[in-house]
Amino acid sequence: MIRFHEVGLSYTDGVESDGRAGLVLRDISFTVPSGGFRWLLGPSGAGKTSLLRLLTLAVRPSQGEAVVLGQPIHLASRHALALLRRRIGVVFQDFRLLGHLSVFDNVALPLRLDGRPEGQIRADVAEMLRWVGLAERMAALPPTLSGGEQQRVAIARAVINRPALILADEPTGNLDEAQAERLMQLLIEMNRLGTSVIVATHQTGLVERYAAPALRLERGRLVGDG
Amino acid sequence: MPRRRFGSNAGGWWAMAKARASRLRPARFDELGLKRAFAQRLLPLLVAAMAFLAALTLAAMLATAGLARHWREGAGASLTIQVPAPEAPAASGGGSRADAALAVLRADRSVLEARRLSGAELDRLLRPWLGAAPETLGLAMPAVITVRRAAGSPGATEEGLRARLAAAAPGVLVEAAGAWLSRLAALARSLEALAALALLIVGGVAALVVAIATRASLAARREALEIIHGLGASDAYIAGRFAGRATWLAAAGGIVGTLAALPVLALLARLAAPVAALTAPAGQGLMTMAGAVMAASVWLASLPLAAAIIGWLTAQITVRRWLHRLP
Repeated sequence: MIRFHEVGLSYTDGVESDGRAGLVLRDISFTVPSGGFRWLLGPSGAGKTSLLRLLTLAVRPSQGEAVVLGQPIHLASRHALALLRRRIGVVFQDFRLLGHLSVFDNVALPLRLDGRPEGQIRADVAEMLRWVGLAERMAALPPTLSGGEQQRVAIARAVINRPALILADEPTGNLDEAQAERLMQLLIEMNRLGTSVIVATHQTGLVERYAAPALRLERGRLVGDG
Repeated sequence: MPRRRFGSNAGGWWAMAKARASRLRPARFDELGLKRAFAQRLLPLLVAAMAFLAALTLAAMLATAGLARHWREGAGASLTIQVPAPEAPAASGGGSRADAALAVLRADRSVLEARRLSGAELDRLLRPWLGAAPETLGLAMPAVITVRRAAGSPGATEEGLRARLAAAAPGVLVEAAGAWLSRLAALARSLEALAALALLIVGGVAALVVAIATRASLAARREALEIIHGLGASDAYIAGRFAGRATWLAAAGGIVGTLAALPVLALLARLAAPVAALTAPAGQGLMTMAGAVMAASVWLASLPLAAAIIGWLTAQITVRRWLHRLP
């Protein structure tokens, strides 16, 4: 379950250099139940990425209370946050792959951080790469892959440890129609099995095709929830 | 969540993929790319220089400590006694003054050995000042008695001995090495303290070098660190990866530096050997040197370990402090 109550976020301790309040998000309140699906919508600069940064635990809220997967992240210890991050799968717009590691090792990373046995890691990663159509490229380095292939590696890494929450920032931006469709089917399937999913996107066609409640942001405020 | 399979199984292809996957993980998985990012040449080189200096300083400290001990236990426990008119009757009336002084000395518990120098030995001692035939000058020569006392004999005992000697042989002169030896001992202690301070400084500089190298590699791998951190790596995990690398590089530098110092120390030991043989008690020169070499070996062997500990600790502290900029 995710519950935000009057959450504000500032990157400048709340005050800009000119003295104005520097909140990029303010008074954000919403709840996503376990196993819920939400679109995250809004124009550029509305605060979608900042809200995703809060949800991915990349920053702590400057104001208010934020509970992610049952953990109050404004209060949680560093170690508790680290453990919580292992239950969250994130697909970034810019992929965030480690360029010096092979495709296989990039996808295996969450499992290794979680201390899974190497035998299980090999089986699961090979299976996942086959599913995203990159079985033949598992030894390749990310810089040698196309944008779409890198996106698929990022998706594989995000879902490999069956997270309780998946966050995706424009996940279909670099995929062709068939791959985008396949990804959406994966997200819906994982959601059906109990994973909470939040997808930030600009693609209205996608939102129309897969009807689900949406969080709408404008100028750092939540203007719609449902 | 129940474990499930993605898509359909593809038989032979699956087995091939598994076999390929089993070969993919390198023996030493380096997810942070530290093998390239950490200053793998510069850091061991600088730590080697520190270890070299530490080895020389350590050897100097051990040598100074040995000298101080020798002065305390050896020369500090010796006395030289001059008995003027040695053949004159003793105060007690029986025998000569020289014999009476020797009897007093031999009766004292703190005295291990008391020996009157022979005429030939006296001539040899005085030859630089009085020439080859001092007896032709007609000088009244005193008897000279060398005394070796038990180490750590208290000053009160020495005072009592002086009084008994004066009573037995009036005019007797007792020359104790205590006054100048206490100054030498103070000097040796100061040198030891300076060497210890120098060792601390060398250790501090080594820690600084490791900290700078760690910070440089943190900066170089910032993006990878943020990704790993975002995937759920704990501070302990990340700090452990850096500390492991720093430990290995610092230990390698420590071994190289210590090994490089060995020939220099061997040369110094060889130069010091005659002095050690001269200053050690009779017949113990070789033993003293062997003991010093043994002690030095144990301490020198600990230098790479100390370098490794400095590397591990410094990297842990540096990385954990750096990570606090991330939530």
